[in-house]
Amino acid sequence: MRVLYFAWVRQKVGVAEEVVAPPAEVRDVAGLVAWLAARTPGHAAAFADPRQLRAAVNQDFATPDHPVAANDEVAFFPPVTGG
Amino acid sequence: MARVLVQDAPFDIAAETAALTAGRTDVGGVGSFLGVCRADDGLAALVLEHYPGMTERAIARIAEEAEARWPLTGCTVIHRVGRILPGEGIVLVLTASAHRAAALEACAFLIDWLKTRAPFWKREEFAAGSHRWVEARAEDDAAAARWAKA
Repeated sequence: MRVLYFAWVRQKVGVAEEVVAPPAEVRDVAGLVAWLAARTPGHAAAFADPRQLRAAVNQDFATPDHPVAANDEVAFFPPVTGG
Repeated sequence: MARVLVQDAPFDIAAETAALTAGRTDVGGVGSFLGVCRADDGLAALVLEHYPGMTERAIARIAEEAEARWPLTGCTVIHRVGRILPGEGIVLVLTASAHRAAALEACAFLIDWLKTRAPFWKREEFAAGSHRWVEARAEDDAAAARWAKA
């Protein structure tokens, strides 16, 4: 699974992207957040307040209950501020 | 089919507007929104980051919805990324139609949705060297929500 980070989420995690292999219990976005948060202190800081995070699965916005699978591209970022 | 561009370079509003009417006589009006970088609180520059791939998909989808809701003859969305200085354009939305109401409404719809559904993030850089990420505004969500169909 490819995981991408943007804006301050990227700065806190410390990398723009990584390839991860979460265990089978990780079935949705919320489960992935909990699993990623335990990886490093940077991940923990980035995922400390899930209300400040938005996610996309395969480049579409996704809610916490959206399923994730091994070949997915999952991204985490703050609420968008373009325009 | 909308013209959607995400680019570092500045855009030419006159050339983009002319392209929407070139060679056709069914356009009665072109609605436009030009977003410009302000120098609030001693801002030196805005640095825009985006999610390559998702950005273009998200904008194209929003433009398709605008084209489905209003009778547009053309539509252009150009969003800059990278470092943008005060006074420079950030985003350009152009909507062409036979009549003004469709052009103006579609233009407002597009910029309201771009602000809430396109994956861009702005970081403000200040003259003293500090910087901060711009936070999302609840007013932008409210502006986009008014376009939800009843």
